[in-house]
Amino acid sequence: MKKTKQLFAGATLATFGLQSAYADYALNLMQGVTKVSNDIYDLHMLILWVCVFIGIAVFGTMFYSMYHHRKSRGHQAANFHENTTVEIIWTIIPTIILVAMAIPATKTMIELDNVQNSDMSIKVTGKQWYWDYEYLGTGVHFESHLDAASEKAHRDGSDPHSVPHYLLSVDRPLVVPVGKKIRFVFTSADVIHSWWVPDLGWKKDANPGFINEAWTSVDKPGTYRGQCTELCGRDHGFMPIVVIAMEQGDYDNWVKTTLAKQEEKPDLSDLSREQLMANGAAVYLKNCVSCHQIDGAGAPGDYPALRGSAKVNAGVDPLIGFLQAGTSKMPSFAKLKDNELAAVITYIRNAPELGNKVGDEIQPKAITPVYDDE
Amino acid sequence: MSAVTAEHEHDDHHDDHAHGPEKGWLRWIVTTNHKDIGTLYLLFALAMFFVGGTMAMIIRAELFEPGMQFVDPKFFNSMTTMHALVMVFGAVMPAFVGLANWMIPMMIGAPDMALPRMNNMSFWLLVSGVLLLASTLFMEGGAPAGGWTLYPPLVLQTGKALPFAIFSVHLLGISSILGAINIVATILNMRAPAMPLMKMPMFVWTWLITGFLLIAIMPVFAGAVTMLLTDKFFHTSFFDAAGGGDPVLYQHIFWFFGHPEVYVMILPTFGVASTIIPVFARKPLFGYSSMVYATASIAFLSFIVWAHHMFTVGMPISGELYFMYATMLIAIPTGVKVFNWTATMWKGAMTFETPMLFSIAFVVLFTLGGFTGLMMSIAPVDFQYHDTYFIVAHFHYTLVPASVFILMAAGYFWLPKWTGHMYNEKIGQLHFWLSTISVNILFFPQHFLGLAGMPRRIPDYAIQFADWNMISSIGGFIFGASQLLFLWIVIDTIKGGTGEKVTDEVWEDAHKHGLEWTLPSPVPYHTFSTPPTVIPCDHN
Repeated sequence: MKKTKQLFAGATLATFGLQSAYADYALNLMQGVTKVSNDIYDLHMLILWVCVFIGIAVFGTMFYSMYHHRKSRGHQAANFHENTTVEIIWTIIPTIILVAMAIPATKTMIELDNVQNSDMSIKVTGKQWYWDYEYLGTGVHFESHLDAASEKAHRDGSDPHSVPHYLLSVDRPLVVPVGKKIRFVFTSADVIHSWWVPDLGWKKDANPGFINEAWTSVDKPGTYRGQCTELCGRDHGFMPIVVIAMEQGDYDNWVKTTLAKQEEKPDLSDLSREQLMANGAAVYLKNCVSCHQIDGAGAPGDYPALRGSAKVNAGVDPLIGFLQAGTSKMPSFAKLKDNELAAVITYIRNAPELGNKVGDEIQPKAITPVYDDE
Repeated sequence: MSAVTAEHEHDDHHDDHAHGPEKGWLRWIVTTNHKDIGTLYLLFALAMFFVGGTMAMIIRAELFEPGMQFVDPKFFNSMTTMHALVMVFGAVMPAFVGLANWMIPMMIGAPDMALPRMNNMSFWLLVSGVLLLASTLFMEGGAPAGGWTLYPPLVLQTGKALPFAIFSVHLLGISSILGAINIVATILNMRAPAMPLMKMPMFVWTWLITGFLLIAIMPVFAGAVTMLLTDKFFHTSFFDAAGGGDPVLYQHIFWFFGHPEVYVMILPTFGVASTIIPVFARKPLFGYSSMVYATASIAFLSFIVWAHHMFTVGMPISGELYFMYATMLIAIPTGVKVFNWTATMWKGAMTFETPMLFSIAFVVLFTLGGFTGLMMSIAPVDFQYHDTYFIVAHFHYTLVPASVFILMAAGYFWLPKWTGHMYNEKIGQLHFWLSTISVNILFFPQHFLGLAGMPRRIPDYAIQFADWNMISSIGGFIFGASQLLFLWIVIDTIKGGTGEKVTDEVWEDAHKHGLEWTLPSPVPYHTFSTPPTVIPCDHN
């Protein structure tokens, strides 16, 4: 039966000339790389074929009637308008089909819901507009932003085709081991987001102040891409998800190097002006650009401009304090390392593209903590 | 029958002298005549259809190619939000209220609506509400950009526009409730004595049920947005976890309104289809009573399935399963309706004038939208479909080639009766074919986009979605442009159309199907000052 269906699907697609190797003309749901995603795919195909067959029956009848029972062919109208038997038949048959559909659907739903007996847990926090991943109990904790190439391309109008995995690439992907049951807990720091990787078979909302759970167990190593799927404001379209599944050994190594990198103290030695500006531009693109925009103009009514801003162009120390403390509208950037803060402050005060020209440079050692994030 | 008609012609002629319309433009402000108010509603809805359509064109232009070309992401979000609000509250709902105003008194043999002054008031409240909503486009921080569902906490980030948007929802709500009360009161109190409930035309039945839906749900929506207002300005925390609230509570309240709301747009659609198809099949509607019961069942079910819009929000398994089963049930009465329309066409003597063409396209394409709806009811699979273009394709199939097509069909069907002029059939059919082909180029590829992983409400997308998006946009531009033909036809028909003299029944043997066809064409300003005694009823 399954073979026949596949043959039929292939023939249908071939008829329309759409059966090509191009992902660009993808027509159907992906099967994904987990057992649940495969179950979901099977359910999808089952209900799709049910609909196709009902559709052929109903539309077939209708078009037969439209061809044969037309006045121009001299057909005389009958006058029947009621038949309790057929009404009962076409109420009962759909009911039976629905009950038959509900049984496998219930099974998959229960499977999808069962987060018990997981091997590890990852806490996912949605933020405007990036994801924050915390591997519970391991100390691994990092942010995952849209990669710099996509970020730049969608803002300065360069050709998206030149960017690999445009809008589906991040600076730091989520890394997971294959074959392990991974439990995710979801929450949000601001508005509602939703975490979706189609190859895993599901999405789950990240609600501020509440915890949601879901699980996955990836069958084969690979890179799987997804996006935020709950409208979360201006940059909703620009907070992708990348999951890399690897063998347990590789994963263990990754944890080790990641932890080592997290422990590293930042290099606070003085930098040249060019280096400060280049580093600052990168920090700006990752942390500031969503609100203050690539030209520093901000968004009228929502976010203030940095271009010509008195706060940016006046004294350095209040600016450092402001960035570290944040306000009710702007989050604190105490999470930035001193060298990053120094670079981005230099950048916003001096970047020609932001229209500011104070003419100074701020070195990492000049940053004095207001709040320490330790 | 003809004796009855002649007698009425005489009466109407007499009435015309006694109370004609107000002279000059003031007529359109102060009118309490159901036909005038119906015309106002319909023209307003048509204007808003083009306003909302322009927003859709902006959306499709931005999505024509990957990369950001024309608008800012925030403005894009405002466009998706306002497009939905304008189309739902400014175009589709008012258009059906307009049809109700025009047709219900004529279909039940009543001289006017039960509450004519309130009728005038609900129209002008509608205009005020929509204008207030539109004014938010020009406010600091822009129009609401959190989606038409206005989910907190996101919607609370709206700028100056938030309270204005909320008050406009209040106005629109009051307008809808007044309109619905008026329709229900008219149907229950003003039917010709010879017309029992089970002899009412299907359009009247569907509006009776829709009226009750509206009265039940609009206060719920008003309550939800009022809670947004107090959360934002009066330090309450209904939807804020930090103060003990829950943002998901809003979604439950919203969709308790929102799901019946989408049926408010589809039930009268069913009613018009059930009115048009029998006329052109030259056969009575098949299964009249089962149609009535199916409509009532759908309306009932609409109140107990709301959380199927929220399968991924994090519900307990019992909730997921209950809402899945309840949602699947909707397929049964909906199926009955589609089967009944098919059976109505079966062994008829069909002709295919423009209203019939649009009605057939409605049955086919609405059924497609119904199929994807059935697919989405399967909760675990909805974990893939949810908030993707698959959903966008689904609800546009149930709204555009369904509700909007039926509104077009209704226009072609009744314009000759209203104006006394025949529309240009050739241009009408051209409009039909252009619309039907382009609407599928527009929305069918969106199924593929959603299944391939494209989320909805994004202003820019990954390269692999580029081809179908471009095809979809091309379909959108053709569809948008084709609607200008409809505008032309409406104006041309009002001005005289083909010049062909239309008969009282307009369509062959239409007088067997409804009271409105026993009146003269064009319909006099006042009709049925005395109730008709003979009710054309072809189903029992």
